[in-house]
Amino acid sequence: MSSLAPRGRALLSLDGLRRLLQHLRQDGYRLMGPTVRDGAIVHAEISGIESLPAGWTEVQVAGAYRLVHRPDSALFGYSVGPQSWKQLFFAPQLKLWTARRSEDGAGFTVEAEPPQAPRLALIGARSCDLHAIEVQDRTFLQGPSVDPDYAARRKDVFVVAVHCGQAGGTCFCVSMKTGPRATSGFDLALTELMDPHRFVVEIGTERGAELAGRAGAMPADEADAGAADAAVERTARSMGRAMDTSDIKELLYRNQEHPRWDDVAERCLGCTNCTLACPTCFCATVEDTSDLSGDTAERWRRWDSCFTLDHSYLHGGSVRASIRSRYRQWLTHKVASWIDQFGTSGCVGCGRCITWCPVGIDITEEVAAIRATDGAQGEGPKEPPA
Amino acid sequence: MNEAELLRKHPFTRGLPDALVQRLAPLARRARFPEGAVIFREGGAADALFLVVSGRVALEQHVPGKGALQLENLSGGDLLGLSWLFPGGRWTLDARAVEETEALALDAGALKAQLDADAALGFAVSQHVIQQLYRRLERARLQRLDVYRGEG
Amino acid sequence: MTPPVPRPAPAPPGPMTPEPARVLSTRRESHDTVTLALDAASRRPFQPGQFNMLYAFGAGESAISMSGDPGSPGVAVHTIRAVGAVTEALCRLKRGGVVGVRGPFGMPWPVGEAGGQDLVIIAGGVGLAPLRPVVYHALAHRSDYRRVFLLAGARTPEDLLFRRELERWEAREDLTVLVTVDRAPSGWKGRVGVAPALLDDVDVAPGGAVAFVCGPEVMMRFCVRELGRRGFPDDRIHLSMERNMKCAVGFCGHCQYGPSFLCKDGPVLRYDRIRSLFWRREV
Repeated sequence: MSSLAPRGRALLSLDGLRRLLQHLRQDGYRLMGPTVRDGAIVHAEISGIESLPAGWTEVQVAGAYRLVHRPDSALFGYSVGPQSWKQLFFAPQLKLWTARRSEDGAGFTVEAEPPQAPRLALIGARSCDLHAIEVQDRTFLQGPSVDPDYAARRKDVFVVAVHCGQAGGTCFCVSMKTGPRATSGFDLALTELMDPHRFVVEIGTERGAELAGRAGAMPADEADAGAADAAVERTARSMGRAMDTSDIKELLYRNQEHPRWDDVAERCLGCTNCTLACPTCFCATVEDTSDLSGDTAERWRRWDSCFTLDHSYLHGGSVRASIRSRYRQWLTHKVASWIDQFGTSGCVGCGRCITWCPVGIDITEEVAAIRATDGAQGEGPKEPPA
Repeated sequence: MNEAELLRKHPFTRGLPDALVQRLAPLARRARFPEGAVIFREGGAADALFLVVSGRVALEQHVPGKGALQLENLSGGDLLGLSWLFPGGRWTLDARAVEETEALALDAGALKAQLDADAALGFAVSQHVIQQLYRRLERARLQRLDVYRGEG
Repeated sequence: MTPPVPRPAPAPPGPMTPEPARVLSTRRESHDTVTLALDAASRRPFQPGQFNMLYAFGAGESAISMSGDPGSPGVAVHTIRAVGAVTEALCRLKRGGVVGVRGPFGMPWPVGEAGGQDLVIIAGGVGLAPLRPVVYHALAHRSDYRRVFLLAGARTPEDLLFRRELERWEAREDLTVLVTVDRAPSGWKGRVGVAPALLDDVDVAPGGAVAFVCGPEVMMRFCVRELGRRGFPDDRIHLSMERNMKCAVGFCGHCQYGPSFLCKDGPVLRYDRIRSLFWRREV
C-alpha cells in the first residue's frame, strides 16, 4: 500500500505543514483552526501555521481552564478548547427568511435566506469533535427533514484532524469510544512528534493524499509510525475522566426519581454554559421581528438551551419549572434518550461541560453517583401505575 | 317492573344478598319527575334517599346576582340526596330534573333504622356510598382545576 | 447612477419557510376561538391528528391542528384559540387575509388500527379540534367501525366548539354524541360534569374498542384512569400530547417528550409506550 493513499501513513515536516495550509488556502478553503484569544485556545479563521497556539497547552479541571506554556513549541499540544466546530455548521444566529407585505396590503411573500456555503478547512480537529459532527449530522441531515443551511455548510469541508497527543483534565473519549485516535471523518490526520518537530500524516481520502503529496509528504518509516501510535496510546491511558456506559440508557430511564437529581439541582445554576459548550447540543429557538413600518418581517433562528424556562413554555407556564427537571432532561437526553432518537449517544466525552460549568458539575460524577445507588428513590412518584 | 325489581337492578344493591334487598324493598316508592321539576330545595327537610333509575338530575346552587348554577349532574345508577346522614337533615342544594327522571325514593328515617339495626346491611350500604361519593369527589376536583382555562 | 445590486437567486423553500395562504372564511366558535378556512395553495392531504405551523405576519408561528374534513379537498381548516400574541393575531384575521403555512406535520390518530372496533373519542376543550377530522373520517367510512362515541367536554356552554355540528351529529343514529360542561347556568339542558365522567354512559367492551383522547394533560390523566378502571388495555388508548413547538421538523429540540419528538413521533402517542413518562412530573 502506498503511503500516499487512503489509510497510508506519511511524514510531514513543520515546513511541510506550512505548505499544506498554504495550498489549502490557495485551493479556496478558509482555514479554521486553533488560535490563542482571550486566554483560551479558540477556533477561528487563521492565516496559516503562524496562527497556531505554538508552545501553549491548558490545565482543565471541573469548573476551570487555564492556559500554560509548554516546555516545547508543539502546535497542537493542548486537548480541547471551549469551542467545538459546532458554530461553523449549526450557526448560532441565522436569518431563516424575510417576509414582505404585498402591495395590496393583505398578503405577503416569503423569501428564504440563501444557505451559506463557505469552503471550510478544519485544522486540528480532534476525534471527539469529529464524532460530534457526525452526531449533529444525524439531527440536521439524516432525519425526515434536511436543514438546508447546515447541509450547505457541511457540503465541502476539508478536515485536517489531529490524533490527540495528550489528554485534557476532563476528557473521557476512551469511555465514549470516540477517541483519542480519529478513525473517520477526516481527509488527513496528523500525529505531532517533537525532536525533531514533525507530523505523521494518516491519509483519509484521495484528495487528502493529493494535498499531502503537494505539500511534500514523504513515506513514514516504521519508527515514526510507531512513535505516533505510542503517543496516541499514551493519551488513551491518561484520560482525565472515565464514564461507565454499560446499560446507561436503562440506568437513566429507571432512575428518573433518583435523589441525585435533587442534589445536583442544589448546585446547578441553570446558566446554559454546558449546552453552549457541548458540541452536539442542537436546541434552537426562533425569533420573529418586524420593522417599524410593519412591511417587512424576519425570522431568525438562535441557539437555545433546555436549561432556560422558556424552552418548555406551554401556554402560561414552563413544564420543566425546576432546575432538577431541567438538569434531568439534559443529562437523560444526552446519554440515554439520544440513543433512542439517533442510535448513538449524544455525549462524545470531550469534557467541555465539566470544564466550563461555573460550579464544576461533572457529568461523569453525576452518572457514577446514580449508578452507585441505582434504584434509590427521591420524593417523586415512586412507580407509575401499571 | 315493580319497586322490588327496580331495587334489585340498581347498582345500590349490587352484591347484596337477596334477603337484605328484600328488607329494603318496603322502604322504596317509585317517583317520577317531569322535565324541569324540582325534586328538593336547599333548606328543605332531607327525608329520602333517591336511587336514580333513569333520566338526569341537576344539582344547583343559587348564587345571588348569578341565579342558579349547575354544579353536577346525576343520572341512572347514581345516588341522590344524602343530607339526612347528618344531624339536622336539611338539603344543602337544589335538585332539579333536567330530563324526565325516574327514581326510587327510600324513606330516610326507616332506612337509617335498618342500617343501624343490621351491621352487615349498614356496612354494605356504606361501602357503596363511599365509593360513589369518592368518584364524585375525584370529578369535583378535576372540575375545580378548571383545566380548559387558558389552554390553547 | 449605481447599478442595482443583483440579489442572490431565491433559495428553494426549506422546511422552515412558510407558504402564504389566503383566508377563505372565518367563523367565530366562541368568545376566544375562531375557525379559519385557508385556500387551496396551502392545501395538502392530511391525516386526522396532524397539524400545520401557522404564521401571522410579524407576530410569529404557532402549531395548530387541522380541524377540517380530511376527505374534502380544497381548503385547510384550523380552529384556533386566542391564548397568546400569535394565536390572537391569527384569530384577528379576516376573510382575504393571508397566513403563512408549513405542514402538515406529525403522526396521526391510528384510524386504521381502530377498524372493526368500537371507537371512543374523548375531547376536552379545544382538544375537540384535532379530533373532529376523526369524526369526519369515521362517518365517511362508517362501515369500517362498530359503534362510534364522541364524548366532549368544555368549560361552559359558551366555550363549546362546533355547537351546531355537534347538534347535527347528536341527531344521527350511527354516532353517539355526549357533551358535558364543567359549569353551566340553570337554563343549560345539557350535561354538567367533567368529560371522563361521560364514560359512565358508554357501554363498550374494553377488548373491542379503541380510545382517542385529546385535551389538557390533567384531563387526559383522568381519562386514562377511568378507561383503566373499565378494563381498557393500555395499548388501546391513544393520546395527543402537547409541548412547546418551534420548528415542527425535529431540529429545535423543544417538543421532546422523553425520547419522542412530538412534532415527528407524535403528537399522537400510544399510552402503553409513554406510561412511565405520563405520570412523571416536569417531563
